[in-house]
Amino acid sequence: MNLLRRLAVLLSALTALSIGTATMAADLTALVANLTVGGFGEREAAIGALAASGDARAAPILEALGAGRLYVRKADKVVVIAKSEGNQLVLTDAVTGKAAGSAIEAELDRVRVNNRLRGVIDAAVGSLTLMNPDPRVRRGAAESLLKRPDPAALAALDAALAAEKDVRVKAAFSQARAAVVLASDASKADKLAALQVLRDRSDRDALSALQAAANVATDPEIKVAAADASASVRQTLAVWEAAQNVWYGISLGSVLLLAAIGLAITFGTMGVINMAHGEMVMLGAYTTFVVQDVIRTSAPHLFDASLLIALPLAFLVAGAVGIAIERGVIRFLYGRPLETLLATWGLSLVLQQAVRSIFGPTNREVGAPSWMSGAFQVGQITVTYSRLWIVIFALVVFAALILVLRKTPLGLYMRAVTQNRPMASAMGIRTPRVDALTFGLGSGIAGLAGVALSQIDNVSPNLGQGYIIDSFMVVVFGGVGNLFGTLVGALSLGIVNKFLEPYAGAVLGKILVLVFIILFIQRRPRGLFALKGRAVE
Amino acid sequence: MITRFLWQGLSRNLRLFVLLVLLVGVALPVLNQLVPPSQPLHVPAWMLQLIGKYLCYALLALAVDLVWGFCGILSLGHGAFFALGGYCMGMYLLRQIGSRGVYGNPILPDFMVFLNYKELPWFWHGFDQFWFAAIMIVVVPSLLALALGWFAFRSRVTGVYLSIITQAMTFALMLAFFRNDMGLGGNNGMTDFKDILGFSVQADSTRAALCFASALALALGLVISAAVVGSRFGKALTAVRDAESRMRFLGYRVEGYKLFVFVLSAAMAGVAGAIYVPQVGIINPSEFSPANSIEAVIWVAVGGRGTLIGPVIGAFLVNWGKTYLTGALPEVWLFALGTLFVAVTLFLPKGVVGLWSQVRSRGVTRKARVPA
Amino acid sequence: MSMADQRSTSALLYLSGVTVSFDGFEALSNLSLLVEPGEMRAIIGPNGAGKTTMMDVVTGKTRPDEGEVVFDGKADLTKLDEADIATLGIGRKFQKPTVFENHTVRDNLLLALAGLRSWYKLLLASPTKLENDRLNEILSIVRMEAQQNMLAARLSHGQKQWLEIGMLLAQDPKLLLVDEPVAGMTDVETETTAQVLREINKTHSVVVVEHDMSFVRALGVKVTVLHEGSMLAEGTFDQVSADPRVVEVYLGR
Repeated sequence: MNLLRRLAVLLSALTALSIGTATMAADLTALVANLTVGGFGEREAAIGALAASGDARAAPILEALGAGRLYVRKADKVVVIAKSEGNQLVLTDAVTGKAAGSAIEAELDRVRVNNRLRGVIDAAVGSLTLMNPDPRVRRGAAESLLKRPDPAALAALDAALAAEKDVRVKAAFSQARAAVVLASDASKADKLAALQVLRDRSDRDALSALQAAANVATDPEIKVAAADASASVRQTLAVWEAAQNVWYGISLGSVLLLAAIGLAITFGTMGVINMAHGEMVMLGAYTTFVVQDVIRTSAPHLFDASLLIALPLAFLVAGAVGIAIERGVIRFLYGRPLETLLATWGLSLVLQQAVRSIFGPTNREVGAPSWMSGAFQVGQITVTYSRLWIVIFALVVFAALILVLRKTPLGLYMRAVTQNRPMASAMGIRTPRVDALTFGLGSGIAGLAGVALSQIDNVSPNLGQGYIIDSFMVVVFGGVGNLFGTLVGALSLGIVNKFLEPYAGAVLGKILVLVFIILFIQRRPRGLFALKGRAVE
Repeated sequence: MITRFLWQGLSRNLRLFVLLVLLVGVALPVLNQLVPPSQPLHVPAWMLQLIGKYLCYALLALAVDLVWGFCGILSLGHGAFFALGGYCMGMYLLRQIGSRGVYGNPILPDFMVFLNYKELPWFWHGFDQFWFAAIMIVVVPSLLALALGWFAFRSRVTGVYLSIITQAMTFALMLAFFRNDMGLGGNNGMTDFKDILGFSVQADSTRAALCFASALALALGLVISAAVVGSRFGKALTAVRDAESRMRFLGYRVEGYKLFVFVLSAAMAGVAGAIYVPQVGIINPSEFSPANSIEAVIWVAVGGRGTLIGPVIGAFLVNWGKTYLTGALPEVWLFALGTLFVAVTLFLPKGVVGLWSQVRSRGVTRKARVPA
Repeated sequence: MSMADQRSTSALLYLSGVTVSFDGFEALSNLSLLVEPGEMRAIIGPNGAGKTTMMDVVTGKTRPDEGEVVFDGKADLTKLDEADIATLGIGRKFQKPTVFENHTVRDNLLLALAGLRSWYKLLLASPTKLENDRLNEILSIVRMEAQQNMLAARLSHGQKQWLEIGMLLAQDPKLLLVDEPVAGMTDVETETTAQVLREINKTHSVVVVEHDMSFVRALGVKVTVLHEGSMLAEGTFDQVSADPRVVEVYLGR
C-alpha cells in the first residue's frame, strides 16, 4: 500500500519533469540550431543568445563547440556532440544529451569556429557556469573569472551574486566581482571597496589582480590603495609560504624519521652500523609491490586495503631478514664496528642484486589506494593526503616504538642488555636472543618505512641507497642512543632543508645540509641530545 | 738525508716487490711497442690499458691502507680524492683540445659553449699548463683532506663517525659535481680527450707511457709509504691506531700524526686518479659515488691491511675478478663482491697477505690483536 | 684569590673548588686538594666517589665546570689538553695495563721516552746514542733485556705490568697518577707493587688512587678520602680510619 503510493508520487513527478524539459528543449533546439547556420558573425550572435538563455545544458554544448566536437548529422540535421572512439565517432544528441549512435567523420558536418569565437565561447561558458547547479562548478567559474577578469561578465556576476545562496560560493563571487570591477571602468568608490575585498582574500590570485589594478589605475588614490593592498597581501603570502615550507619540511622530516627510526635502534642502542639498513626499507617497499600484485590479480576489491595488509608482512619480511643477518654475520663482529660496516655493506650489495635478479632492474609500480590520493586546502597550503598519512604514520610508528621500549618485556630486556650486558646475562636474560630480536625490530621498522616510502618514491633496487646516508645523519645529528633526538633531528633537518631549497635549489640545499651536519658533528660529536658521561670512551 | 729517509722503510721483501712493480711497468710497454703483434709475446694495447688501470687502483688502495691499516682511520671517502685528482687532469686534458672541439672554441671547452658560458670560470685558469695541473693534482685533494681532517681530528671524531663523515663528504661532492653550475661538466663530466703533453691519448705509444707512469707512481707511493711507516713517526702512528688515548697521555699530539698521514694519503689518491683519467678517457661525477670509495676499502681488506704489499695485491685480485665477472656473468658480480665483503671480514681479517704469512709460519701463532 | 695564589705556588698540584657534573649528576663537587712536591698521596673512597673523574680532570680528559687546577705553581691545567699536560710532566698509569701490543718492548719504551713528540721531527729522527743508552738502562731496571725485541702482545700479564712501569720511567714525569695499581693482584704482587711505588717516589711525586685498604695502609703515606665528589677527610691512615664519618661511609650504618 505504502509502497504503491510512493511509486505513484514518483511517477507523477517524473512526468512533470519530462514535460518541463520538453518545453525547454524546444527553445534550446532552436538556439542550438542557430549555432550551425550562417557565418562567424551570426554564430557569435547565436552563442550570445544561447549563453543568455541561462540554461545549464548550454554549457557542455558551447564547450563542445569550442573544442570542435560539435557536428550536424548530414542525414537528419540533428546537432550532435561527438567523441572519437577508435576510428568511429560516438554521438550524443546535443540538446537532449541522449546517446545518438555512432558515425564516421564523413557522415557529419563540423560546426566551425575561429580563434575569436573561441574567446567568445570561453567567456560565455564562464558566465553560464556561474548558474550551474553544482556549487563547486560555480566556485570554479568564479575563480577563473578572478584570474582573467572580464568586464563583460559583470552583469552576469551581479545576477549570479543576487541569486546565490551558498555562503562560500557567494564569497567567491564577490571576490571575482571585485577583480572584474577593478578591471572595468567602475566608480572610484566601487573600486576602493573592491580593493578591500581582494585584500581580505590575500592569496596569489588576489595579488596578481591587485598588481594589475595598481599598474593600470590612473587615479592616484586607487593606485596607492592598490599598491598598499598588494603589499599587505604579499606579507600575508610570505607568512603562508613560511607555513607551507614548515609543512613540506615536516613532510620531508617524517620521511627521514621513518627511514632513520629503525637505524636509531640498531645503531643507536646496539651500536651496530648496519649499512644494509636502506635495503630493509627497500624490502618493505617490494613487499608492498608483491601484495598489490597479488591483490590486483586475485582480489581487486581489496586494493584500498593493500597497504594495511602490506604493513605486517613488510615488518615480518624485513624483520626476518634482519634477524638472519644478525645471527649469520653481525654477531661475530660485535665490538668491531668498522668490520661490521664493511660486512653489512656487502650484504646490502647482495640484497640489491637479489632483488634486481628477481624483480628486474626497473622501477616497479606501486599504486596509491583511494584514501591516499587527492589533496585538500588549509588556508593557502595544499596538503596531499599521501603526505599527510605519511606524517601521521611516522608519528604512530615512533610512538609505538617508544611504547615497545618502555612497556614491554622485550623493551626492558633491550635496555638492560644495552646498559650492562654481563649483568643482564647474569640475571638470566638470554642476551643473544635479545640482540637478534632488537636487530629484527629495527629492521622490521625499516620494512614498515618501506611501505610508506613506496608511495612517494620509485620502488627500485636502489631505493634504500638514497636513504642510508640521510638516515645516519639524522641519527648522529639527533644524538646516538636517544630516540627523541632522532625525532627532533629528522624534523629539524627536514625543515632546514625545505627552507634552504628556495634560495639554494634542491641539490645545493641538500649539500649545504650535509656540510652543516659534518661541521656540527665535529663541534658536538655526540649529537644534539648527547648522553654525557665519563663512560663514553 | 732524503734518500736515507726513503731507504729506511724498505725491507728486503718490499724492495723486491717495488722492483717487480717497476718490472711490470717496463716490460708490458716494451712488449707492446717492440714485439710485433704476430708474436705470442706481444702485449695488446687493451691489456696495457687494463694493467695501467689496475696500477692506479693499487695506488688508491695503498692510500686507503695508509690511513686505515696504519692509523685506524677508515675513510669511506677516498674515492673523492681520487676523483678530484682525476678532475684536475681532466681539466688539463680538456684545455689541450683547444679549437678541435665540436664547437671549435679555442678557449672554452665544448660543454661551456653548450651551456652558454661567455668566459672561462676563474678556477679553470692555469690548467692549460701541465705543470700547473700537476701541482693542483696534489694540492686540491690535499687541501680537502687538510680541511676535513683539521676539523675532524681536532674535535676527536673517530671510528665509524669519521667513516660516515667521509662518506657524506664524497656524497655531497657527487651531488655538487652533478650540477651544471659547478662549471665542471655536470652530469656528463669530461671526455673526448685528444692530447696529453702533445701526444695523442689514443696512440698505443701513449698508452704504453701511461702504463709505465702508473707503475712508477705506484712504486714511488710504495717507497714513500714504507719510509713513513718505517720511521719513528710510523711507530707513533701505529701506536695511535692501537691506543689513541694512551698516546695522548704520553704527550703526543695525535691530531698532527693523523692529519699528516691523511693528507699524504689524499695526495696519493689524487695522483692515482690523475693517471687513471687519460687511460680510461673519461671523468664524471659518478667517480665520487660512495660505492667506489667503499670498494677501494675492500681491495685493502682482501689484500691485507696494515701491510704495504697487501693493498696492491688486493686491488689486482678484486679488479681482475670484476673484469672477468662483469664480462662473463654480469649478474653474479655484485653477489660476488657482496659476499667478498662478508667473507673477508668474517674469515680473513688479515687478508691474503696475512693468510700467506700465517701459512708460512705454520703453527707459530701470533697473538697480536688485529686492530679494529 | 691571593691566598690561592700563594698556596698554589708552593704546591706541585693544586685543585680548588673543582666541580664536574654529567647530566645533572655531580661527579665532583667543590673538591680541593694539594699535593706537595716529592709527596706520595693515596686517595681512597668508595665507588662513585669521584676518584677517576679527579684523575680525568688533572690529565685534561675532562674539563671541570668550575674551579682551579694548577700544576707546578704556574700551569692552568683547565686550559690545556692531554698532550700538553703530559708534556708538562704528568704521567698516568691506567688500572688495566695498556701497552702498545703491536710494538716491540723496546719500541714501547722508545715511544714513552721523554723528548721528541712532534710528528715532523719524528719523520726524520732515528734514536740517538743518548736515547739508546737510556732505553738500555730502563730495560735492565725492569729486567726485560731478553724480551726487548718481542712484541708486547706476547708478554705475560706480569711482564706487561713491568713494561708499563718501564714506560713510566722512560716518560719521567714530575707527577705520576696511578689508578688502582693492585686491582686483581695477589698479596705478593701487591707487596712488590708497593715497593716499586715507593722506589719511584724517591724521584717523582705520586698520587695513588686505590680502594684496597690494606694496600693503602702498607704504603704508609698521607691519605685523602673522597666521598660523593668532595673531600671527606685527610690525614695519616690511622687518623682517617678513626674518623667516624669515614667509617660510616665505608661500612654504612
